[in-house]
Amino acid sequence: MLEIINLHVSVGDKKILEGLSLAVAAGEVAAIMGPNGAGKSTLSYVIAGRSGYEVTAGEVRLDGEDILAMSPDQRAARGLFLAFQYPLEIPGVTTMTFLKAALNAQRKSRGEPELTTPEFARRVRAAAERLDIKQEMLRRPLNVGFSGGEKKRMEVLQMALLEPKFTILDETDSGLDIDALRIVAEGVNSLRTPERGFLVITHYQRLLDYIVPDTVHVLSQGRIVKSGGPDLAHELERTGYRDFVADAA
Amino acid sequence: MNAPVTPIRTEAENALVAAFGAARPGLAGGEAVAQRRDEALAAFMRSGLPHRRVEAWHYTDLRAALREVLVLAEPPSAATIEDVRRSLDARAPRLFAAEALRLVMVDGVYVPDLSDSAKIPAGVVVRTLADALAKGDAPALAALPEGALGSDDAALALNAAFMNGGLVIDVAAGTRVDRPLELVSIASAVRPQSFFARSLVRLGSGATLTLIETHVAVGGMAVQKNDALIFDLAERAEIEHVATFSSTAVDAIHVSTLLAQLGERARLNSFALVTGAGLLRRQGFLRFEGVHAKASLAGVNLLRGRQHADTTLVVHHVAPHCESREFFRHILDGAATGVFQGKVVVAPGAQKTDGVMKSQAILLSEDATMNNKPELEIFADDVVCGHGATCGELDADQVFYVQSRGLPRPEAEALLLEAFAAAAIDRVESVPLRDMLLGRVQAWLAERSC
Repeated sequence: MLEIINLHVSVGDKKILEGLSLAVAAGEVAAIMGPNGAGKSTLSYVIAGRSGYEVTAGEVRLDGEDILAMSPDQRAARGLFLAFQYPLEIPGVTTMTFLKAALNAQRKSRGEPELTTPEFARRVRAAAERLDIKQEMLRRPLNVGFSGGEKKRMEVLQMALLEPKFTILDETDSGLDIDALRIVAEGVNSLRTPERGFLVITHYQRLLDYIVPDTVHVLSQGRIVKSGGPDLAHELERTGYRDFVADAA
Repeated sequence: MNAPVTPIRTEAENALVAAFGAARPGLAGGEAVAQRRDEALAAFMRSGLPHRRVEAWHYTDLRAALREVLVLAEPPSAATIEDVRRSLDARAPRLFAAEALRLVMVDGVYVPDLSDSAKIPAGVVVRTLADALAKGDAPALAALPEGALGSDDAALALNAAFMNGGLVIDVAAGTRVDRPLELVSIASAVRPQSFFARSLVRLGSGATLTLIETHVAVGGMAVQKNDALIFDLAERAEIEHVATFSSTAVDAIHVSTLLAQLGERARLNSFALVTGAGLLRRQGFLRFEGVHAKASLAGVNLLRGRQHADTTLVVHHVAPHCESREFFRHILDGAATGVFQGKVVVAPGAQKTDGVMKSQAILLSEDATMNNKPELEIFADDVVCGHGATCGELDADQVFYVQSRGLPRPEAEALLLEAFAAAAIDRVESVPLRDMLLGRVQAWLAERSC
């Protein structure tokens, strides 16, 4: 479903990704782990289409279609979703307004009719309840004054509403306490179907106790240096990343 | 400090002096008024048209912009009035499902035939300025600029010399006017011309009023417009004021002055939306004369092309325990220029003054310019005053975030810009007025996207 082929990415003169290849099949949850500065966030941003990165070689395909030339909204309309490590605050736009604008923009670009207001409100309420998000928060400007944990839950709420085909979770566990982590993980797990794919980017193995991956990949110095099953995450928790950094060096 | 002014007059300045001489016999009011007019012209002649070396006009050089003085407008003919009538509802749509009472001025002259003059509620008296001056209305005369408010401003002096059109609206003490009044000032398309109008709105103690001020033009005809609106608020009087400016003429020059004096516990909530301008100078002079009064001056300026809009405010805290708020947001595209100058003056003895100024701009183009200049002059020691001015681009990370949720770039930007403007519009208390203003912001943003 998602194929990354020999991806090279630079920011200015600095090479961040150097020949990264990775394939995630439909129904698969792939985890990417790696030390700080390995290029994990760069990878998520490049897939989602943030500007400021220069792709010097390689391809990123979603369902066989090269998405690198597409705008971020075109990628979103094709079913890509990035749960941000640092979700942005959007002053003046209530969460409810934002969710509606996003959902309707995607439906419109797919040629689907806009949802009626009652139907939309029903969906939001149901999703918010599952994620333990209070109704009052939906009336506040998106992410403004939200705690780190609230912001992450709001990302998962957006994901639940937009029902993406492929989701990238960028360090969704950072800033979460154990209870919030469980709620967020349940939100993600409830979306796991044979049709959907996930790329879970994390620094720690902890998140993977709750969102159990099918495959685990180690990203170091711009490349996947090791791949394996869920056990690899536990191994890394014991040994750390030092071996991989040293290997690559 | 202001530099010494050159005694040599420009062609435009000479033309204004000559125009005054020719118009003087026909201007409203008796000998006392004529004398005030002469004094005002003399004041103008001493300083000339304001230019960039006059500090308050540094970013809006009226002398350089006003090369040629357009002919003074005649009172509108029947044909002109018919012409205006045909496009009036399109240019100044009925507000509040026609609840608002419209008072229409064409080229500065009140036209009862286009107005809801028969529906003026009890407790409200509407007269033309010419009537009030002719009948020697002493309070109307007293409000002429002999005091401190704006008395050193040459553009306002010109208004005092030439003023002829405009209205005097009196709201009796204790009257709560339910229906908003809308002053529509419309420039006809007869010929390129100039006009000077002045309106005075006096609220007796405890009176309340919503006043809408709508400036529009028929066609893109050049116009030079100098108007003044004076608010005289007695104790506990409250006014909500919403002004809109939407000139489409690139060579329009508009100086619009707001003068306000607030009595004890009076409230002024003023908002201005600019969605189009040639050269627009909005200046406000406000004075707190009674204790515990509050004023909010807010606005949104949306400019593109080569439009220029200047908001210059001087707030005098004379009485103690008063609160002033200034909150402006500017969105500048193309090669537009925005100006915000805010000065808060706290007089000795105006203790417990609470004054905050904020002006924030988003520039959508490298060619756009914003000039922000907040100033505080504080002569009391127990006050809370602050100011903040920012100027920047739309946040690229926010745009990316919104886009990543599926909104195409123009829509993502429009969502963020609308929210940016809405923060100022939120200062307006009336919900229907807020909706109207937000609708105009959306329309402006939609023009940008297409």
